[in-house]
Amino acid sequence: MGTPPIGAEAREEERAAYLDETARKFGISVEDYLLPTDGSIRILDETGAIRPVAEQGTAPGHEYPLPEGDDLLAAYEALVVGRRVNDQNSALVRQGRMAVYPSSHGQEACQVAAALCLGEDDWMFPTYRDSVAVMTKGIDPVETMTLFRGDWHGGYDPKKYKVGIQSTPLTTQLLHGVGVAHAAKLRGEDTVVLAMCGDGATSEGDFHEALNFAAVFKLPVIFFVQNNQYAISVPLAHQTAAPSLAHKAVGYGMAGERVDGNDLVALLAVLRRAVRLARDGHGPLLVEAHTYRMQAHTNADDATRYRQDAEVQEWMAKDPVTRMRAYLQSESVLDDAAEARISEAAEAMATRLRDGMNEDVAPDPEDLFRFVFTEPTTQLNEQRARLVDELARDAATDTEATR
Amino acid sequence: MTVTTSSDANGNVSAATARATERAAENAEASQPQPVTFAKALNTALADALEASDDVVLFGEDIGTLGGVFRITDGLTDRFGEHRCFDTPLAESGIAGMAAGMAMNGMRPVVEMQFDAFAYPALEQIFSHIAKMHNRTRGALKMPIVIRIPYAGGIGGVEHHCDSSESYYAHTPGLKVYAPATVADAYRMLREAIDSDDPVVFFEPKKLYWSKDRFDLDALRAEYDGGAPASRSEGKAVIAREGTDATLVAYGPSVSTAMAAAEAAAEEGRSIEVVDLRTIVPLDDATVAASVRKTGRAVVVAETPGFASVASELVARIQERCFHSLAAPVLRVTGFDVPFPAPKLEEFFLPSVDRILDTVDELQWEA
Repeated sequence: MGTPPIGAEAREEERAAYLDETARKFGISVEDYLLPTDGSIRILDETGAIRPVAEQGTAPGHEYPLPEGDDLLAAYEALVVGRRVNDQNSALVRQGRMAVYPSSHGQEACQVAAALCLGEDDWMFPTYRDSVAVMTKGIDPVETMTLFRGDWHGGYDPKKYKVGIQSTPLTTQLLHGVGVAHAAKLRGEDTVVLAMCGDGATSEGDFHEALNFAAVFKLPVIFFVQNNQYAISVPLAHQTAAPSLAHKAVGYGMAGERVDGNDLVALLAVLRRAVRLARDGHGPLLVEAHTYRMQAHTNADDATRYRQDAEVQEWMAKDPVTRMRAYLQSESVLDDAAEARISEAAEAMATRLRDGMNEDVAPDPEDLFRFVFTEPTTQLNEQRARLVDELARDAATDTEATR
Repeated sequence: MTVTTSSDANGNVSAATARATERAAENAEASQPQPVTFAKALNTALADALEASDDVVLFGEDIGTLGGVFRITDGLTDRFGEHRCFDTPLAESGIAGMAAGMAMNGMRPVVEMQFDAFAYPALEQIFSHIAKMHNRTRGALKMPIVIRIPYAGGIGGVEHHCDSSESYYAHTPGLKVYAPATVADAYRMLREAIDSDDPVVFFEPKKLYWSKDRFDLDALRAEYDGGAPASRSEGKAVIAREGTDATLVAYGPSVSTAMAAAEAAAEEGRSIEVVDLRTIVPLDDATVAASVRKTGRAVVVAETPGFASVASELVARIQERCFHSLAAPVLRVTGFDVPFPAPKLEEFFLPSVDRILDTVDELQWEA
């Protein structure tokens, strides 16, 4: 093994060259490459009409060609299904079939784009609010939702699906994404990782550590921030004084971009370019999507205590589903037959969720001890035996009582 | 010559321990093997583990070019390359979190926390993810991670450099906690920790880094040719010294103090048995209980502040298992319930031979 170069000077050249090379690829300065464009990338306006290219928010080196029609129809289907998933799950919570559901209603375009921009071997690291993204990446809806039914702390096998756990602690999962990408890079695999968090989470220490590690090790990670304006009740202004969350990227030496989070066309364009760049060795990147959490934080929250109805109404007009529908209809990509087929798919998903969540799966108390370690310790076996004995005695008492 | 532990009919480790043979080796002729330091044993274990599997990667602060502030990774970057042993940015949560992700993707990370108290920023990743991931995913994701922590006092270190933090980790379900006390165990237990599919917090007593033992390191290394040997250290305490009158239960840095106390007690006519736990989690209740049932008296020795600690847990467990064999209450010699003191006050804080002997004297000897 060759001795690595020693000293700050030797390493400095290596550091500068990396960014120079990427910026040169786009014919712009390093600063212009790292900083987000002045506005958000937005391809569709609020009515679903294509904006003139000059008004899409692009800049030299930040160009985004329009995705193909067929591709967009498939994405629209995922969007409609995602909306149905959110509304069905919220209903299941109200009916007492689920303990809690943090809905991404209003953010479905972000959810769908996060999953659809990735290749089969790429990993996604979602949060608790990203169930729709998890399902869009192909995980069985019932496996996803058992977490929220209260069966266990996780329902699916992250390794099998290449989807991390739906993390509850904020931004801790970004570092897991960094680790997965680092392992892949060390083995020479071209895996890309998309790691998700919200606007409030960008205040956490692990946000900083994850972005910094990814940048220092030049890892193919896309940090995808869904800025839905609120961390439970606290608005963005209390989280940051930065011009935008995408601007945070420049401090790490990575490129940041802002995108309209309710414009599925723009999201797909921006995230797909980010994935391509990361796969080609120009990672990491930060993408901030500007969106809105239409409902309360969870069913346990009361959003009327901290925001005005007028604000919610304003965002209602920017709904990602109606925008996308209008655009695809205007392009004659979406006709009545396709719409009917997509509605049916959404209904089938809702039925699957209802059936799955209405199923009562009794937990096995002995599972408490099974997975703490790969093999239970002597102490855990003793505790398990005690619980089993207790349950047997309870059962015997019950039998006695019914006699 | 190294002898691994053998067990009696009850599965308890007998007196024929590695330590006994090491002592014998020390007294032997000049033809015997060269003395090995604790630090060298760890360095060799890391090198051998890197050699044995491409999945093993080492990272942390200053562990690359410098070889670590204690030189435990000395020469490993040169020998194996920067992709196997590398420096990270200065961020402990980042180190632990990245280790979790690498473990998800098939690696076996061995990370170094520079000092005990510097590991605290990593606790969220360790407690909320590394410890829980296997359970949360019903075994789908294993976390074969070793978190090496130079720990405890006795080196006159400044604040934040001498904490005995083992109780925090031992209290967290899902973490294995290893605390080797001898040079041979430093090698053996680090290999075992790296080989484990469970996350291991590996406590390295700083005051022992430059301690030496004379034993055949190459013979010990040879036991690992073609995979881990069947005999394990995990959950297997050893009788470091046999005795009949009272038992000292210790681990990590306190074992050598307990051994010195036992030696001094022998001069006063008391036969003291010393149990070296080796691993705190899992705990070898059986060996501890067998020793205390035999001697009828016990003192737990640990540097950690005693309140709500590994030491209190040991006292409770001995009492539960040995009540009818006890001639006296089980006592403790631990650090006081104060922040780890400044260097000039350290000697008053740490368990000492005199304090151990005084405590043994309190074990109600009068008939």
